[in-house]
Amino acid sequence: MFESIILILDSTVRVSTPLLLACLAGLYSERSGVVDIGLEGKMLGAAFGAGAVAYLTANAWLGLLAGIAVSIGLGLLHGFASITNRGNQIVSGVAINFLAAGLTALLGQTWFRQGGRTPSLPEGGRFREIVWPFAEQLRDVPVIGPLYSELLSGHNLLVYCAFLAVPLTWWVLFRSRFGLRLRAVGENPAAVDTAGISVTWLRYRAVIACGALCGFAGSYLSIAAGSGFGVNMTAGQGFMALAALIFAKWRPVNAMFACLLFGFLDASGTRMQGVEFPVIGELPLQVFQALPYVLTVILLAGFIGKAIPPKAAGVPYLKERS
Amino acid sequence: MSAGQLPRWVDYGLIPFLNLVAAFLVSGLVVILIGENPLDAVKVLIWGSVGYAEGFGFTLFYATNFIFTGLAVAVAFHAGLFNIGGEGQAYIGGLGVAFACLALDQYVPWYVILPFAIVGSAVAGAAWAFIPAWLQAKRGSHVVITTIMFNYISFSLMVYLLANVLKKPGSMQPETRTFEEAGRLPFLNDLFPSFGFGYAPVNLSLFVALAACVLVWLLIWRTKLGYEIRSFGANATAAVYAGISPVRTIIITMLISGGLAGMMAINEIMGSQHRLLIDFVTGYGFVGIAVALMGRAHPVGIILASILFGMLYQGGAELSFEMPNITRDMIIVIQGLVILFAGALEHMFRPTIVRLFTPSRALAAKEA
Repeated sequence: MFESIILILDSTVRVSTPLLLACLAGLYSERSGVVDIGLEGKMLGAAFGAGAVAYLTANAWLGLLAGIAVSIGLGLLHGFASITNRGNQIVSGVAINFLAAGLTALLGQTWFRQGGRTPSLPEGGRFREIVWPFAEQLRDVPVIGPLYSELLSGHNLLVYCAFLAVPLTWWVLFRSRFGLRLRAVGENPAAVDTAGISVTWLRYRAVIACGALCGFAGSYLSIAAGSGFGVNMTAGQGFMALAALIFAKWRPVNAMFACLLFGFLDASGTRMQGVEFPVIGELPLQVFQALPYVLTVILLAGFIGKAIPPKAAGVPYLKERS
Repeated sequence: MSAGQLPRWVDYGLIPFLNLVAAFLVSGLVVILIGENPLDAVKVLIWGSVGYAEGFGFTLFYATNFIFTGLAVAVAFHAGLFNIGGEGQAYIGGLGVAFACLALDQYVPWYVILPFAIVGSAVAGAAWAFIPAWLQAKRGSHVVITTIMFNYISFSLMVYLLANVLKKPGSMQPETRTFEEAGRLPFLNDLFPSFGFGYAPVNLSLFVALAACVLVWLLIWRTKLGYEIRSFGANATAAVYAGISPVRTIIITMLISGGLAGMMAINEIMGSQHRLLIDFVTGYGFVGIAVALMGRAHPVGIILASILFGMLYQGGAELSFEMPNITRDMIIVIQGLVILFAGALEHMFRPTIVRLFTPSRALAAKEA
């Protein structure tokens, strides 16, 4: 029993990682007042960039850089449309999702001729599991052993990055000057403008931070968790990250718990097949798949606290001209 | 730089045209990037989609789907609402069509079933839009987010229903039984053999779509409700001050929008597939956003944009035959670019054009 709980938690961590990275990415963007439903597309673009470059160079680090570059590029496009041109942010996000879905498959087929996939990564092209010191020796110690050597040890670098990004994001948002301004520009851009700080540049920085984190999220899928890019491999995780962001009420630590919860539902869903629950009986897999979205809707309905988005989210800022 | 400064033909003709040209130019660059000749690609695309009767039949078939989902997004636009849930509403709409066909196809002919299918799909689609609508109206939860969530909930729900409840007994396929002859809409090829539509699945629901366009036009521009919808969309505060109920307007608009999206299933399920199956919507709901943007949320514009996107779908399929390097994913890229340039970047060319069309004297007077 304890063993299987550890196993579920272990896969929870793996499933939550890309969600968490994308969720924190969205946090930067939305806190600055730029709504981003293009998380999915940016993750997909990053997964492709990372997979392609890691295959060609056999270097996971270059792959990660490429993933981040692609994702920031798409983020800048979103910024150009929604900050510079004051276009509709939702429409821009939808466009980015389309572009990423189409271009990755198209270019993947043109360059690698494997139906849009990138070839399997060579040695060195992947982020390997990091085994913590003494993990093998401690494995047989009751309770602590499995906790240490299964749950904590044995993940790849990006998993630890994701969880370190949580306190970092918290510190940036709530303890740094940049974070204060970032939150201000998402609530009341006119006030920030009056203080002589560029709304445009602040929002662009937020969009770049969002792109970088989405780059980690996408790269995780193709060169850390998987071995190569597959067509549409994000499969809605960007949208689930968006749901987690709302569920977390736009707060970094809550975001971690929301992503862990959604990851847990995913990880346990597959293991709960054929398990009889008291009273309700066996639950179909689809219940677990739909539950994160249902929970988010219930939250939005105001039945579990209230999710209040940043006040200026989605509203382009028009500097008044005299 | 308000719209009023430009002649109407510039606002509704030139600017969308320029945006479209920009989108196609970038698409051309993508084609060059993958090592093909864009002009040849355009030739294949146009020939494949309108060059012969059967190809044109396919174009019209796809266009029918886009008219429904485009109208759905457009109606919501008029109330200032963004219904991004057409995908899920159309999917659930399939349930309504399938119930009507499965229940009646052994007893009555298709023209008796059709009204039930229309009502069924519209009610199912509207029902799926109701909770997001209610949450937006009563709780202020953003309809964009809730409709995205409902898309994903619908995917899970439909997989469950098809795999466990509606599946044909003894079959492994997650789909219902095939409808009897009476549960299928006649193909246009059978009605008008002289057009030579061949195997193209374009069917009677094209006329249902065109009728929906007329009704939406009447609704938005010729009824009291339409006036309320447009007033609410133009300025919600003023509309409320004028005595228009925001709750009622939001909910009714979203119900109409969801109903229209749901009706897409008539074309796909009763008109072509003749059974309810998994993933039959495949992005039509999302493309409806592009159609509505390009068509400027006007039924005539939506028909034109739908034909354009139908051409892309059908021509793109031909293209992937003729030029194997250009896979069907190219269509998704073009759609993305159209959404980007016609939607998100729609104001990009405006300042330049305003400058071109403002007489220099007026400009000088304003600056003085």
